[in-house]
Amino acid sequence: MRRSMLFIPGNTPNLLMNGDVLGSDSIILDLEDAVSPAEKDAARILVRNALKHLHYKGCEIIVRINPIETDFWQKDLDEVIPLCPGMIMPTKVSCANDVKVVSDYIAEVEARHGIEKNTVKLIPLIETAMGVENAFNIASADERVAAIFLGGEDLTADLRCKRTKEGNEIFYARCRMVNAARAAGVDVYDTPFTDVDDIDGLYKDAQFAKSLGFTGKASISPRHVEGINEVFSPTQADIDYAHEVMETIRIAKEQGKGVVSLRGKMIDAPIVTRAMQVIEMEKAIFGGVEDDE
Amino acid sequence: MSKLVNSIKEAVQKVGLKDGMTISFHHHMRNGDFVLNMVLEAIAELGYKDLTVNASSVFDVHEPIIGHVKNGVVTGIECNYMGGKVGKAICEGLMEKPVIFRTHGGRPSDMEKGTSHIDVAFIAAPTADDMGNCTGKYGKSACGSMGYAFADAMNADKVVVITDNLVPHPLVDFSISEIYVDYVVEVDQIGNPAGIVSGTTKITRDPVGLKMADYAAKVIEASGLLKDGFSFQTGAGGATLATAKYVQDIMLAKGIKGSYGMGGITKYMVEMLNNGCFQALLDVQCFDLDAVQSIRENPKHMEVTATHYAGVSGKSAAVDNLDVVLLGATQVDLDFGVNVHTDSNGYIMGGSGGHSDTAAGAKLTMIIAPLIRARLPLVVEKCLCTSTPGSTVDVVVTQRGIAVNTKYGKNQELKEALKKAKLPVVEIEDLKRMAEEIAGTPKPVQLTDKVVAHVMYRDGTLLDTIKAVK
Repeated sequence: MRRSMLFIPGNTPNLLMNGDVLGSDSIILDLEDAVSPAEKDAARILVRNALKHLHYKGCEIIVRINPIETDFWQKDLDEVIPLCPGMIMPTKVSCANDVKVVSDYIAEVEARHGIEKNTVKLIPLIETAMGVENAFNIASADERVAAIFLGGEDLTADLRCKRTKEGNEIFYARCRMVNAARAAGVDVYDTPFTDVDDIDGLYKDAQFAKSLGFTGKASISPRHVEGINEVFSPTQADIDYAHEVMETIRIAKEQGKGVVSLRGKMIDAPIVTRAMQVIEMEKAIFGGVEDDE
Repeated sequence: MSKLVNSIKEAVQKVGLKDGMTISFHHHMRNGDFVLNMVLEAIAELGYKDLTVNASSVFDVHEPIIGHVKNGVVTGIECNYMGGKVGKAICEGLMEKPVIFRTHGGRPSDMEKGTSHIDVAFIAAPTADDMGNCTGKYGKSACGSMGYAFADAMNADKVVVITDNLVPHPLVDFSISEIYVDYVVEVDQIGNPAGIVSGTTKITRDPVGLKMADYAAKVIEASGLLKDGFSFQTGAGGATLATAKYVQDIMLAKGIKGSYGMGGITKYMVEMLNNGCFQALLDVQCFDLDAVQSIRENPKHMEVTATHYAGVSGKSAAVDNLDVVLLGATQVDLDFGVNVHTDSNGYIMGGSGGHSDTAAGAKLTMIIAPLIRARLPLVVEKCLCTSTPGSTVDVVVTQRGIAVNTKYGKNQELKEALKKAKLPVVEIEDLKRMAEEIAGTPKPVQLTDKVVAHVMYRDGTLLDTIKAVK
């Protein structure tokens, strides 16, 4: 389950040490924009050591690496791939070939260290006009790709328009990304809401992203994590309905019925799939917590 | 009649100071105080020796006292809090006589009981008249409340008021009355008001601190104490102030009307008063200039004496009715004992202040601190110094879990309530293990046998000693 992804600068030891207590489902250890060129090597070592020594219980690790146009990305991968983070986030991905280049190099490093191929997944960051146009190709470029992620800030710079809270300027990109990801069968994550203090704005932005079909949303502030998790969690009504669907299916199977309906509506395969997803999320969110009631 | 004299030296001579006496100071100017240094310099120039300085707190600005110890002018120090600069020198064996640490409540009570005798009190007064009526609310060096100075004024044999804002008699709205004052001295500057504000009086932006604050506010909510009539104290410190903000949010959302907020007062507590969260603020000390302005202008923001705040010599004290207090720690041990006197290397860098007073009085005493600070675990087998007994601590909140103290036959219901609220309740031993998994087990600090400080509990009994660092 990945509702929220929180960026943590790769050069901040205190945050790296506490990344798993900030409530997000995934943390993105950032070697790219958060780190100045002069500190790239130090951050890389810090992130490597964090992956080596910290447990990050119950929290997926994503490492954001530098773009393939720079001298840094291969060194980033050399250091972190041996420690098997959940995912790598390549940046400024504009076409399928960008994904292949990164994936091939990861395969090399995996092989060098005796790690099974395709252990480490990819979540390409799409943040250029070309990237948006190629979103489906990127999402389906390689079997490592598990999700795609929209970067609104760089995209609007490329589009030569102003990034606003309302986000009209990225509406097309959002829709195209969701469609591409779903067509390719992968997850899709929305760009962060950048006004750290505007919690109401964060809720609205997250709710809108959810309504478009995004799986979850990234955040640059720990203060936004709770809101994102709340918005992208199933509601109690969703959960109750999912259980009702599964119960109806179970009874129908017992009775040998082929086609069943619930409240006058036929339960077809997509409804069952959705119900199973909701129950999985329910387990992930509440499953580990002891209920005293 | 006028009690005005020309200089500090003249006042010192007129009060009849003698070698071996005890002189006292209050710390409302905090790290901006000039008076303690000015007085000691005058006394040193006059050739006095072997004096004991009883200051409610010694800050880094008072570093020159180290020189006065070395030249024999000062041979004893008594205080409730000591900053790191003087503290380090003490732990390196600066003095023959151990420092005596009291609590903010214990100090005035010891004076009133007669177990701590003050020969001459020097009172820094931001505004005074020539008969000695004085206040901290007005003047260029306004510090707000003068809560800690009352006991000095009322119990010392002789009292000298030192001011940089002399006004015509009678001063309206005085705090300390002329009936206690022998002499008044006018000086250019008693301190720098900017020094009243320390770096720890702003809400943290550190996400880890905010996480702890979020847990702390949820603990308070789950405890059942956050209801009409709620009384609350926070110290200064980024995470505790963030907790106050979150508590305010809950109170406003639920329409809860509290009774009083207390302690060192910051602008966040003032905001809570102004937003109707409290009926009153009981202010023994202002931590920032917003608080100074508020105590001057808002009658619901009341100055209280240290005895009223936390003493044990009165028939009651405000701490006795406190619902929740949020406190910091440098170390917490497996018995929930708390150290706020020394750092993890054994050097003095603080003191009880009102820590153990409020812990003893409050229904819910919460320690809030990061699990690891500067690579060192918060939770240890045994604190280097016990400032506050574990029996008076209820909950330890860290970013990685909340430990409830059930070791003294209490808090079982609280523990269940926190679990029910889905808060990450763990055992104190778990916190120690988690911290050591990340930071490793620190090597024991090497101490000598020389006792450099006695830590007195609020009732005047010896709680612990601090030894010199090797």
